[in-house]
Amino acid sequence: MIRLPFVLVFAALLFSAGVYGVLARRNAVMVLMAIELMLNAVNVNLVAFGAALQQVGGQIFALFVIAVAAAEVGIGLAIVILLFRNRASINVDEVNLLRW
Amino acid sequence: MTAQEYAFAVIAAVGAISAIAVVTARNVVHAALYLVVALLSVGATFLLLGAEFAGWVQILIYVGAIVILFLFGLMLTKAPIGRDTLDNQNRWLGVLVGAGIFAGLVFLIQSAFPIGEAKRFRVLPSTTESVGESMFRNYVLPFEAISFLLLAALIGAIVLARKDEGT
Repeated sequence: MIRLPFVLVFAALLFSAGVYGVLARRNAVMVLMAIELMLNAVNVNLVAFGAALQQVGGQIFALFVIAVAAAEVGIGLAIVILLFRNRASINVDEVNLLRW
Repeated sequence: MTAQEYAFAVIAAVGAISAIAVVTARNVVHAALYLVVALLSVGATFLLLGAEFAGWVQILIYVGAIVILFLFGLMLTKAPIGRDTLDNQNRWLGVLVGAGIFAGLVFLIQSAFPIGEAKRFRVLPSTTESVGESMFRNYVLPFEAISFLLLAALIGAIVLARKDEGT
């Protein structure tokens, strides 16, 4: 027996921490970690609503989000490593070549 | 407060502290290890909510695979240590935006599900059998889309990260 808003507030806190991390970090790997925190907050919400409605769909969509997150980390780290190879730095503030 | 709520309070406190530590730690490896704790607490929340399969998948894939990928990424890019090299000049703006989003979300949650009158729901553990049955009966198309996405991401990551030789 558990109340839904508690879980939702926990997810909101994870999400806000992720937003702060994306905005404040310069290291690209740390930005990816903060994105993972936000995806996890969404997963917590999905599973919590699924449990509250006693349906299994929320859990299944959480599994889909986990799969998307795994793909995102793979691609993201490949880009980061490519960036490091070309610029010898993964500071996202310095990556402004495409900007005009 | 029921026993489950006490257990959730402990898990959520650990998770919240470690999530904030992930985004404020000065050492990148420490941040990755705090991320492990945050992800474990999310997995424990899944288990507490009766989502057994999602909980173990969370622990296996996130803690077992994704964090290892992060550690490899940190190792290969020789990440520097120290607040000035890790955070940019927008830190206080970030605090403001993060706190604003948290306040807005809490306000929304409070107006949609008032904590004072929220009813406790009974957690029914869902078996792996029911998850698999529902996934392959009702969600086959998203499942196929996800597998195609994973394949594309795999090939894309290999193409991006391999060294070009002789071109």
